[in-house]
Formats: sequence, C-alpha cells, structure tokens
Amino acid sequence: MIGRRVAVTGLGMISPVGLTVAETWENILAGKSGVSPIDTFDASAYTTRFSASVRGFDIGPYLEPKEARKMDTFVQYGMAAGIQAFEDSGLEITEELAPYVGCAIGSGIGGIGQIEKNSEILKTSGPRRISPFFVPGSIINMISGNLSVRYNMQGPNLALVTACTSGTHNIGIGARLIAQGDAQAMLVGGAEMATTPVGLGGFAAARALSTRNDDPEAASRPWDRDRDGFVLGEGAGVLMLEELESARARGARIYAEVTGFGMSGDAYHMTLPPADGRGAALSMSNAVRDSAVPLDQIDYINAHGTSTNAGDVAESLAVARVMGSAAEQVAVSSTKSMIGHLLGAAGAVEAIFSVLAIRDQVCPPTINLDNLDEGAAPLNFVPHTAQQRTIRNVLSNSFGFGGTNGSLVFSRLD
Amino acid sequence: MSSIEERVKKIVAEQLGVKEEEVSTEASFVEDLGADSLDTVELVMALEEEFETEIPDEEAEKITTVQLAINYINENLA
Repeated sequence: MIGRRVAVTGLGMISPVGLTVAETWENILAGKSGVSPIDTFDASAYTTRFSASVRGFDIGPYLEPKEARKMDTFVQYGMAAGIQAFEDSGLEITEELAPYVGCAIGSGIGGIGQIEKNSEILKTSGPRRISPFFVPGSIINMISGNLSVRYNMQGPNLALVTACTSGTHNIGIGARLIAQGDAQAMLVGGAEMATTPVGLGGFAAARALSTRNDDPEAASRPWDRDRDGFVLGEGAGVLMLEELESARARGARIYAEVTGFGMSGDAYHMTLPPADGRGAALSMSNAVRDSAVPLDQIDYINAHGTSTNAGDVAESLAVARVMGSAAEQVAVSSTKSMIGHLLGAAGAVEAIFSVLAIRDQVCPPTINLDNLDEGAAPLNFVPHTAQQRTIRNVLSNSFGFGGTNGSLVFSRLD
Repeated sequence: MSSIEERVKKIVAEQLGVKEEEVSTEASFVEDLGADSLDTVELVMALEEEFETEIPDEEAEKITTVQLAINYINENLA
C-alpha cells in the first residue's frame, strides 16, 4: 500500500457462533455451525425457514437501555463490536489525537427491522405514531456516528454501503485514509441484521437462499456439488487500524499489517457474477499488486464462498487464474460454511478471521464440503477440519450485488 | 387505579431511562432528566398513548416539566 504502513491493533465481533472474537474463533476452528431454524418470527410460510442468527446477545454491558432502545439491532451489534475493538486496542484518544481518529463502519441493508416496524405503525396508527428515533436509529452511518460521540473521534466519519462488500470496502478505505495521512487511527468494519420478515422474504424471492430446511447445519456448503444457495447470517465485525509507527510507539499489541487493498466492478449483472469470475480476479490482483507480496507467499485465502451455484465456481476459477502456479499450495476456505453470509458484515468478520489465521498460523475449515463441484478449480479448500500451516500473508475476498468487489491483504509482522 | 401524577411519572421514568424517585414534579425533562429534543417528542407520544389523547404540537412544545405534563392531562382529560 502506498504511503504510511497500517497495523491492526484491536478486534471486536458479534457472530452467530459467539458474542466475542475469542468465543467465535474457538467455534470456527472447531468447525461448529451457527445455522438453526428461525424462531424470532413465524417463518412457516417461507421457502427458507432457517438462518445463522446471533444467539443470547445482550446490549446491557455496552449501552444504557435508554440509548439502546433508540437503535436498530444492526446498530447495537455494531456498537458492541466497536466497543470491543476499541477496548481491545487500548488506544487513548487525547484532545490532540481526536481530530485524527475516525470511523468507517457500514452495512449492506441497514435498519430494515425498524423500517418494517414503523411501516406497520403507519398502517395501524397513522403518521403521528412513527418514532422520532426511527430515522436516527436505522440509517447506516449511525454506528460510526454513535462511536464517534462515545470516544470523541473527530476524524473522518464514514459508512460505505456496497452490499456484501461493505465490510471489506470500509476496512480498505479506512486503511487508505491512514496510509495517506487523513487519519492516525480508524475503527472500521460492518454490521448487519436483516433476518426479518421482509429481509428473509426478499433474499428468498431473489432465489439466493438455500432451502435445505430438513438439515440447516448442512445448508451452507461452499463448492460442494449439492449446495443450493447461501444462508442468511447476522452480526458485526470491527477492527482498530492504526498507523504502524504510532502503534509501535505506544506499545500496542499488533495483530497484523494491512498491506493490500483492491477493488473492481463486474460491469455484468445486478446479482450474478460473470462465469469466469473476471471481476473477482481483477479485485484480487489489484490487492496483491498493492501489497507487493509475491504470489507464492500468500498462504491462505478467506474466500467470499457463499455457497451459491454461480458464485463459488466463478471465484475458484478467479483464484486459480490470479494465483497461477501458486494455486497449488494456497489454502482457500469459506468461513461462511459455519456462520452463513453476514452481508455487509461478512468482509469485516472474515478480515478478523484472516488476522487470527496469521496470529495462530491456522486456516479455518470449510465445513460441509463433501463432494467438490466438478466445475470448480481443484484447490485446497480446507474441507471439514482446520489446517495448521505457515501463514505469512492472507487474502480476503468480498463480492456483492451490483457487481461490487473488494479484496484485502493482511501480512504477518515479524 | 394510580393517580395521574403517578402515571405521568412512571412514563417519564421509562422513556427517559431514569429512576422513578428521581422524577420530581418540578423536574424539567431537558435540564434535570437529561432529555434531548427527540426524547421529548417521544415522551409526548407515550403520554398520548397512556391517556388515549392527542396533544397538538403547539401544546406539546410547552410541556417541558413533569408538572406541566400533569397540568395538561388534568385540564384536558379530567
């Protein structure tokens, strides 16, 4: 990445398999599925009746009930993950530093739960009963906004919205802002909670979701020949990024360095990728070039791998093409096999898994991969169980509706 | 059935996230109980719901303390 170097110094997460980074990572490495039948509303009329939902979440330790009540659930997830990441980093924001600390935390969908609730209120009780907190509680930049107030972060305050690439784009742009000198530190990531009656119905209508209702835990099966769509996930991931030298100077624990960021547009179709994965390939090669890491030193790829028919094959072909002869040794896995697709939070939680893969020198598995699709490139997809190996650099991919792509490279700091 | 004063104080406490004993009749929503302008809008909505009435915006703007809320309810509903 051109400019100043960027370190990852804090992590926070709310996921379908854990309410902290540590709990989630333990379950991810154990290959535990977070997919189960929907019990938050009556889903009996839907073609898909399961999801990867967050279980047992309590905002109490993070926010006053009065504050939390004004926020959609996706904002609450983002606040919890953001507070975790901030505390994990140990960064102290002095008055001198405050103008150089910012936030870039996005979402794909935003406060759809609040939109549904207030639409219902409008219908049954009229416009005067719509909550004054409906708008500030449901728009996408409110995680960045609320965190800035809480921690006095007066620097850049953003929330990029690019469907399922939101998390990755917010991290990449946040890193660029630090590299280019706009900020010294940034809280970056994404949050999502679209497991609502309209949200589920919308993705089901788009024929994007698995309908394996008789065996939900086996529904998310990237690259497996019997996959039939993605599993709707929810949660949030937030990382603290800091300019490397200042992080070192304050003695921060540094998880990894953000060395590369790449983007592209498919320019092809609103929901389908081109069969050869050319947009994915361009995004990956841009990130790798930005990182200046030789291909044979990229040891692990956290794939987008959503378990959809077209997307999985296209991404595998793109990986094979970009990696060339290095494709034989690289490990490629999809953690979505366990936690489903967190949409605008996906890239953020997967970036955290990438960073932890470097820390612990282990590739998380792709569960449910029983029979590799014949059309997919024959890569090491880390089936069923995690693989311990030397991991110097990790590439993390996200692709979204609209044909928007983003890739990040994280590197081990020696 | 609780008195109007008790019902108003209970709603104020719930809406503004404060303890009921902190809600004195003289308390100002903004200055004493930490409400912002949107909190007071929502508070008036909650009072409307509790007392099954509609408070016009120009009247609602004048309800800035617990006592003024009690007065309004007494005058318009009693």
